[in-house]
Amino acid sequence: MATSTKSLPKTGMRGGPKPGRPNGNGSPNGNGHAFTPRFSASRYRIGMWVAMAAILMMFSALSSAYIVRAASSNDWRSLAVPPTLWVSTLLILVSSVSLEIARRKLKTNRTNSTRLWFWISAALGIGFLASQIFAWRSLVRQGIYVATNPHSSFFYLLTATHAVHLFGGLLALLYLAMRKQPKAGDDLAMAKGQAAADVTTLYWHFMDVLWIYVFFLLFFWK
Amino acid sequence: MSAETHEVHRHPAPTGFIRKYIFSLDHKVIGIQYIILALAAVLVGMTMSVLMRLNLSWPGTSWPILETLFPAGAPGGVMSPEFYLSLVTMHGTIMVFFVLTTAPQGGFGNYFLPIQIGAEDMAFPVLNMMSFWVTLVGFIVILAAIVVEGNPAIAASIGASLGGASGGTVGPIGGWTGYAPLSAVGLPAGPGQGAGMNLWIVSIAIFCIGSLLGALNFITTLLNMRTRGMTLMRMPLTCWAWFTTAVLALLSFPVLLGGGILLLLDRTVGTSFFVPGGLVFGSTVMNTHTGGSPILWQHLFWFFGHPEVYIAILPGMGATSHILSTFARKPVFGYRAMVFAIFAIGLLGFFVWGHHMFISGMSPYSAMTFSILTLSIGVPSAVKTFNWLGTLWGARIRFTTPMLFAIGFVSLFVAGGITGLVLGQSSLDLPMHDTYFVPAHFHLVMGVASIFGMFAALYFWFPKMFGRFMHEGMGKFHFWITFIGVYCIFVPMHTMGMVGMPRRFAQFTEYEFLKSLHPLVVFVSISAIVTVLVQFLFYFNVIWSVFKGKKADDNPWEATTLEWTTTSPPPHDNFAGVLPTVYRGPYEFAVPGAPKDYLMQTEPDIETAVAGAGNGHNGHKH
Repeated sequence: MATSTKSLPKTGMRGGPKPGRPNGNGSPNGNGHAFTPRFSASRYRIGMWVAMAAILMMFSALSSAYIVRAASSNDWRSLAVPPTLWVSTLLILVSSVSLEIARRKLKTNRTNSTRLWFWISAALGIGFLASQIFAWRSLVRQGIYVATNPHSSFFYLLTATHAVHLFGGLLALLYLAMRKQPKAGDDLAMAKGQAAADVTTLYWHFMDVLWIYVFFLLFFWK
Repeated sequence: MSAETHEVHRHPAPTGFIRKYIFSLDHKVIGIQYIILALAAVLVGMTMSVLMRLNLSWPGTSWPILETLFPAGAPGGVMSPEFYLSLVTMHGTIMVFFVLTTAPQGGFGNYFLPIQIGAEDMAFPVLNMMSFWVTLVGFIVILAAIVVEGNPAIAASIGASLGGASGGTVGPIGGWTGYAPLSAVGLPAGPGQGAGMNLWIVSIAIFCIGSLLGALNFITTLLNMRTRGMTLMRMPLTCWAWFTTAVLALLSFPVLLGGGILLLLDRTVGTSFFVPGGLVFGSTVMNTHTGGSPILWQHLFWFFGHPEVYIAILPGMGATSHILSTFARKPVFGYRAMVFAIFAIGLLGFFVWGHHMFISGMSPYSAMTFSILTLSIGVPSAVKTFNWLGTLWGARIRFTTPMLFAIGFVSLFVAGGITGLVLGQSSLDLPMHDTYFVPAHFHLVMGVASIFGMFAALYFWFPKMFGRFMHEGMGKFHFWITFIGVYCIFVPMHTMGMVGMPRRFAQFTEYEFLKSLHPLVVFVSISAIVTVLVQFLFYFNVIWSVFKGKKADDNPWEATTLEWTTTSPPPHDNFAGVLPTVYRGPYEFAVPGAPKDYLMQTEPDIETAVAGAGNGHNGHKH
């Protein structure tokens, strides 16, 4: 009988009628509401989580390559920790804190100091990249290149891949720092600014955690 | 049409030619661009397959045009074995990436996912546009590999600066899997290992980025932009398929990208991720590398490669479910089971990559684990197959061209999938590995079945996309010749595989035990040529129908989902400023008591409508 065309329920997929109602984040505009331009902060948040999942997969792939390669042969020569990397770590940790301050200030609309905190975070981010470049240059001065041994290959690869992704976050930070302040009462521009700050902060914290992971994988795992 | 509506902000349609048709942000235009890209790419891939068949069945024959085009690859018009191997590589790469990944997801998914969930566009239109253009750049780079490796003059000039090129092939030699260490050491490994291989890796890396942008968009759009009433369990199965595919792409392409970067570093910088020490090529001993693991590349590649198979076929499954239900005039049998089966296939697809590596020397315990997981995919696949049959059971089927192709999909999926049960067992895979049995299996199930899903989708949605039907007579002729043709091509290949005919060999004239198979080889080649020829009729039908096809109204197939509530073709923002409200599931056919044999998703419940307004369900307002 299940396949007969006669015993089908009259209404929705699961039997009962369902009232039309907004589903989750689907339609910010309620029925009969005045016309408002469509903007959904959750869209950017979802997009960012999805993008972070992709980045995480890439680092997982490189990590598994690292672990397999480290275990599979006897040509592995571990590098000592370049001291500058501790400075990098400190800088990015502090930048995460300062960016979080900026984001919270934006939420309470204390916009004057917000801009300053965005600039501080961006400066710390630039400091992190400079510190990474310094670490690479110091290794190069010691004659340690990408192809010198598998550990140095992975060191340059993982730090550079992280730096490229962090650079994207840095561009977003600079955008936030230079963004024109919306006029009072311009709710749409306010919401957009808040959403941009939220997803950038999310991404930046992710870069922070990712760096600590990469640092540990490279120098404390093996 | 919709009883409950709400206004949205209308984006004005762009008016300039470039913004409207070239750098368009409209998901519909981008979808068509992806389909055109796939139609162009499949022409290249198909031509290569015919060239391969010519060489296999009539080895040593001189084809003067080949000498004109590729004087070094086919001296005297006779294909060299290297030339043949590069054809294998490029045919596989172009078909898998630029046809089977672009058309089902980037093409039809882009066009119809937003409309089917009642959104006015994708979540991130600019990313959507970028995903197409990045993919196109990837295609241009892979075509450049053909030119750089195929033309002696260009090989000597540009090819030399890109890593060296022989001029005697039409691209790299390495199969679509690009196995290390051959792919990782450059020119010492032989012809086709220089510039062509570099371009191949770069092209794949670019393609990964394009696909990731697309996947990001699909997932966000589906989670965030469903219209009022479009709950997850009211989505058409096509949307579930595109969503699962996007998740697979999101999680697998980064792994390929990572692996590709490692491979490129091995080739260009001289690292040793995949290259072991002391390799010997001819008289050359490679002492520039030490300690790398070629198996590592296989793991990274197949961790991507197996989900990729499902990326190719899941959208076809979605389209087939959708089309079978529409033309059987019955609800999809077991909607929820279908949804869970799609997800189960996608999830399991991440844990079975080892079955591509049974002969790589893995531990028998790993092989057994991979084998059991692989065979367990048979369960959700069988759920889908039986539900398709359940949908057809006792139906008054309307045998239109899209329906024929959808039924063809089911047939090919079963015929190709059943040999997966053979190859998925490590003990049976050992003798079958690297024989024709393997290409026979995967061509039927992931190649031809996916393509049939796309044919079904194109014939089905063509009236919506262009406001005109494709020609039914030509369509049915196209179906029957293609359907019979692909079986004539791939069923004999199973036999060849069981006899032990190895794949990737340029010719078999030297092997006594394969001589008796030659008539079969010729039969396959003739079938392939006939099947390819009839595809030109399909191309003609597409172009002719865009301009001269029979006019279609908004809902010519009497289907139920949201794309059929809007005009054909849909306006720039899909629903002319008024997003629809959804009241019911996607496959409400043959509903007792309804005025027609189908209820659209936007129609409110019958009782309420009749009681509330008394004039049917169209005039009622909540």
